[in-house]
This record gives sequence, C-alpha cells and structure tokens, in this order.
Amino acid sequence: MARRPVNFTLNGSPRAAFAEEGQNLLEFLRRGVGDLTPKYGCGQGTCGACTVTVNGRTQLACLVLAETVEGAEIGTAAGLATSGTLDPLQEAFMDHFAAQCGYCTPGMLVSARALLDANPRPTREEVVEAISGNLCRCTGYEPIIAAILSVAEGRARA
Amino acid sequence: MTTVETYGTLADAARALGSDAVYLGGGTLVMREVNAGRAPARVLRVTDPGLAEIRASGDAASLGAGVTMADVLAARELDFLHPVARVIGGPQVRNMATVAGNLFAAHPYGDFAMALLALGARVHFAGGGSPRPVEEVLRDRERGGLVASVEVPRPRDPRAFGFLKVSRVKPKGVSILSIAALLPREGGRIRGARVAFGAMGPTPLRAAGAERALEGQTLDAATIARAADQAADGLDPPTDALATAWYRREVAGVHLSRLLQRMERG
Repeated sequence: MARRPVNFTLNGSPRAAFAEEGQNLLEFLRRGVGDLTPKYGCGQGTCGACTVTVNGRTQLACLVLAETVEGAEIGTAAGLATSGTLDPLQEAFMDHFAAQCGYCTPGMLVSARALLDANPRPTREEVVEAISGNLCRCTGYEPIIAAILSVAEGRARA
Repeated sequence: MTTVETYGTLADAARALGSDAVYLGGGTLVMREVNAGRAPARVLRVTDPGLAEIRASGDAASLGAGVTMADVLAARELDFLHPVARVIGGPQVRNMATVAGNLFAAHPYGDFAMALLALGARVHFAGGGSPRPVEEVLRDRERGGLVASVEVPRPRDPRAFGFLKVSRVKPKGVSILSIAALLPREGGRIRGARVAFGAMGPTPLRAAGAERALEGQTLDAATIARAADQAADGLDPPTDALATAWYRREVAGVHLSRLLQRMERG
C-alpha cells in the first residue's frame, strides 16, 4: 500500500511523517506522529473527541484525509500548555471539575480555545453553541460551560 | 482498500470518475465510509482553490462546490442562507461540510440542499453544459457527474424566504424534519410558491399540496390552515430512530403553520 510523505506544522513545530493511503488525520497523528491527545471516539464525526484545528479552524480529525494536511498548520490540545505553563482553560477545567473520565477533554479544550481566540467575551449561549460538536457523557456540560465562562470573563485563577 | 487520486482540476477528476469511484469534498460523508471500510475502491479529490469561490451579484449568488457552511456564514452577501448554514452539524462540521456535498447527503441530512430546492437553485456540473434544477439533481443523485457550483437566486424580498429545522437535541441535532418556503408576493398575493421539506423522504422533496394551497392567496390564517392541512401531500416520510413516518406526517402541518405564521408576521 502506498505511503505518502506529509509535511505540516504541529502546534507551531514543523513535522514530517508518512501517511498510509486512505488514513484519516486522527490515526495519522496518533500512530504516525505520536500526538495522543486527539481521541478516537466514534470515527463518524459525531462525538468531537478528535477535534483539532486545521489552519486555525476546528475540524474533526477522523473525517480529514491525512494527506490533505500537506502544508497545513495543525493544532491539538498538546499545544495548549507552553513551557510548563498550562493554558488558563486547562486551569479552569481543573478548578471547575470539568473533566471526569477525561476522554472528551482534549477535544473540548480545542473547541473552547478556538471560541475564545475568535470571541474573547462569549455569552453562555455562544459557549454552548461552540461546544455543541463535542459530546461529554460524564459532566452534564455545566462544569465545562462554567469553566469556559470563567476564563472568558477573566476570572480564572492564574 | 481505498486508493486516493488527487487532481488539479475538476475536469480532470470528472474524466477519471467511474462507478468504482467517489468524490471527496469536505470529508464529512465520504470519510465515514472510508473509516468503516465501506468506501468505493477509488476516492478522487481536487486541489483547485477556485472550487471554494463565492460570487454574488444583485439577483443571484454562485457558490462553488467546495464552499463550506462556515464560508457561507462568513459571507455577508449570503445573509439569506445564514439561518440554514447555522444549523448544519456542529462547529467542526460547518468548517468542513460543503454546499455540493449536502446535495448528496442521505436522510436525515441534507437541510441545506432542501433550502436550495425551495429557492429554485440550479446546479452547474464539470464540463459545462446547461445548469440543472436542484430537484432534478436530487431525483437522480447516483448519476450526474461532478458538481462545479450551485447558482442560487436571491429572494427579492428577504421576508419571502423562511426556514425552520425541527430537532430533539439543541443546538446540534439532526432533523425530525426541516422546512423551507419561498413565497414571493405580487400585490399581496403569493406568486410562485415553493415549499420544501427535509427528512420527509429519501431526498428533500417539494410539498405539492402546500404549494397549491398557497398559490395565488394572501398569507392569512385561513390560507395557512389549508396549507398545513395539505403539508404531507406528496411527501414520503421514513421511520428512523428519531421519529416514525406516522409521527412525521402528523406534525408536518403543525410545523409548517408555525413557519408560515412567523413569515406572516414578517
């Protein structure tokens, strides 16, 4: 089976790896590149556990053909903490107990970060809309919404 | 096993298309099949950025096949399509799913194609030729080649176009049914009524009975009641995990009358 070289940027660093033919971006990132933060939930684009950014916009890695990200900038939850300092969203998720089993958390964080980058002061309704493509079966969403709003309002613990 | 072929232009891909091939647009439909090992042997894709172009003139807009729902929402000149694009999938899906892909989305998806049907849009295919009405394309989805762009007439009066999606889960849930109505008025009377339903058949369908009830009338309570009464006429609702065919038929008129009442209020 053909393997194709893919050059791209992962969380700001240039990377190159081989993609299997027909391989999706989720498998490529996890097996080919070694970034295990995007999770494999449904493989059908329903759960959002594999959410990453492609050129700054959230997409479902399981529905992206890996070879199409040639030259693209990919962002994952692994890129949120910089030099040992957590993103304020990650702090807020801890403070608000917004992660229980944790499986949805990386995708949830990527969606939340994309929202706040585009709209630093979202309403509660805009937060709900922004995470509507990310399923959580533990929290009932309220702690997650509270965590995101706390950062949006600049009230997160530093 | 799936092999992937990449082409520079849609014309090249159209020539390579065959019964063993499928076209990859935004990936939200085709990659599901690839992941499940159910995709055709060959997946074709095109890198031409021109496929994502939006061109708007006074009375019509041309949407390239690769225009995403997020692109539609970012285009101010497409404001009449914003209520439709906003309820397709979740944020990630809207960043991926394309206008042309929605024409081929199986039940219960295809709310955008349903709105295009009500608006009387026409579909341009690779290789030129005259554009075909959306309803003709929907009737014969298996055959027809590669979509290049969709030409959408802009409603002269924005209040003449209404859209409603009914789902159990909000804000992101698939349709129990969806409705779009284009009701242009001349001297207060409806001329050229077009009403379409999504998730009420194997493809989006026009509601012939409702259109007959509305044509030539003023949009008042009596007309709305007659249209609601005829709402399911000409439709073929399926039973699925969300609702039975019986339920969909029962509530079609209720939701149509709610949409029409909203349009009546303006």
